[in-house]
Amino acid sequence: MKSGSNLERVLSEGHFAVTAEVGPPRGPDPSAVKKKAESVKGIADAYNVTDNQTAVVRMSSIAASKILLDEGLEPVMQMVCRDRNRIAMQSDLLGAHALGMRNCLCLSGDHQVAGAGGKLNGHPGAKNVYDVDSIQLLSILKGLRDDGVQEGGDTIEPRVGFFIGAAWTPMGPPEPFRVVRLAKKIKAGADFIQTQAVYDTDRFAESMKKVVDMGLADQAAILPGIILPRSAGMLRYMNANVPGIEVPDSMIERMKSSKDPKEEGFKVAVELIDAVRGIPGVKGVHLQAIEAEHLLPQLVERAGLLPRP
Amino acid sequence: MIFAERKPIEEILGKIEGCKRVLIAGCATCVAECAVGGEAETETLAPLLSMARKRAGSALDVVTRTVEKQCEWEFVEELADDVGAADAVISLACGIGVQAMAERFLDTPVYPGVNTSALTMREETGLWVSRCAACGDCVLGETFGLCPVARCAKSLMNGPCGGSRKDGKCEIDENLDCVWNLIVERAEERGQLEALSEIRAAKSWSNSRHGGPKRVVREDLRQ
Repeated sequence: MKSGSNLERVLSEGHFAVTAEVGPPRGPDPSAVKKKAESVKGIADAYNVTDNQTAVVRMSSIAASKILLDEGLEPVMQMVCRDRNRIAMQSDLLGAHALGMRNCLCLSGDHQVAGAGGKLNGHPGAKNVYDVDSIQLLSILKGLRDDGVQEGGDTIEPRVGFFIGAAWTPMGPPEPFRVVRLAKKIKAGADFIQTQAVYDTDRFAESMKKVVDMGLADQAAILPGIILPRSAGMLRYMNANVPGIEVPDSMIERMKSSKDPKEEGFKVAVELIDAVRGIPGVKGVHLQAIEAEHLLPQLVERAGLLPRP
Repeated sequence: MIFAERKPIEEILGKIEGCKRVLIAGCATCVAECAVGGEAETETLAPLLSMARKRAGSALDVVTRTVEKQCEWEFVEELADDVGAADAVISLACGIGVQAMAERFLDTPVYPGVNTSALTMREETGLWVSRCAACGDCVLGETFGLCPVARCAKSLMNGPCGGSRKDGKCEIDENLDCVWNLIVERAEERGQLEALSEIRAAKSWSNSRHGGPKRVVREDLRQ
């Protein structure tokens, strides 16, 4: 075991893993995190805690992860390259490790100009950092873990034990390069991969075939993302506006013609989970119900993924 | 070239409140190329300022002068008489020119009339696009001649983020090319996609502003 994390254990024992996303609140109240934790406890092997997603200020990923940990849920602390340089990131990684975090997902992060949206202002005037990119962050984290060496060459004692994660957008342009980029992430240090939401399972299967053929599926655990659809409008919006998400017209039509779109959404999500489960190389799923985490237990149960190992 | 954009007229007016005579100093080099601080632009700005002040009931005398380069002392010197006769200077040069003016003419306030924002190329008439970020560690030899530091919104060094749009544009602007999309295309055209599979380690930014302001001595030129 590289990290001793529950997620690593579940995967190494050969179970089909389940991760779920828990977004920290836009305020300092720990009970908001505890409430979310309570609503999703026991349905996943680890819970992703986002790091100021869409460049909107929220409770820090580290703090919210610690609250989850105290509530008995294992966090996957997310870390983006937008807001911190390599000094702050490594310091936060050591601090997070000291607090008990054992999974870290390394991301580029949403650009502050493209972020926010809706009723929120975000911080479009912020200075972004991008001292390192997500692949370099993976390398740095692997260096801290496997070599006990910081990016600048100084040593740390003892080494950290993190299970290292990365994201993959298989259907983002330029598509031929996406598998190459995934290979770079795995080479840089990724142990597990959580993907952008998959709705077109045939196209995802094509990408996975390349991944398997390149031997990547043996080197890292691939967990396709499944976002619970709740309406045709939501699918249409994501298809048009969220980079890397491709929703087949037939699925939008199916949601549109349904008399009970919420129920239909569960059926669609369960079918998606079943479909990706059958694709060679897939080792689990990463579940999201944007701003509606309380629906996740029902989804996990209906997908036959309970109890968790 | 150095690219700049004119400041809002209200901001410029705010700086010269109370002045009776101002000099608008143009620069015939980069800022003239990007049509913001050359001779033509000094002539456009002058009546805008004087008319605004006239409307406000406090007349303003505006003089315009444009020199070849505001970033070289010999050209700055040509402005000495006009600066001496003005209560303030509005320099339409880049930040380098403004500072040269302010350093040479200590008794007269020099205000910037433009915001210097990038190193660009004029791609076509009326369209300027970032090309260089002066990062001090050029990677163009590894990225098929396209700069990811200046032209990727996140300065990513190992390929495109998950934010590129279906049509290969950047998540921050539907008209801005994802430079990594272009890099990959060019690599594919040359049959060298494999070259981009190499992991590029964290970059040293120490030869850019991050390493502190530049002070370069070339002894070979100081003999």
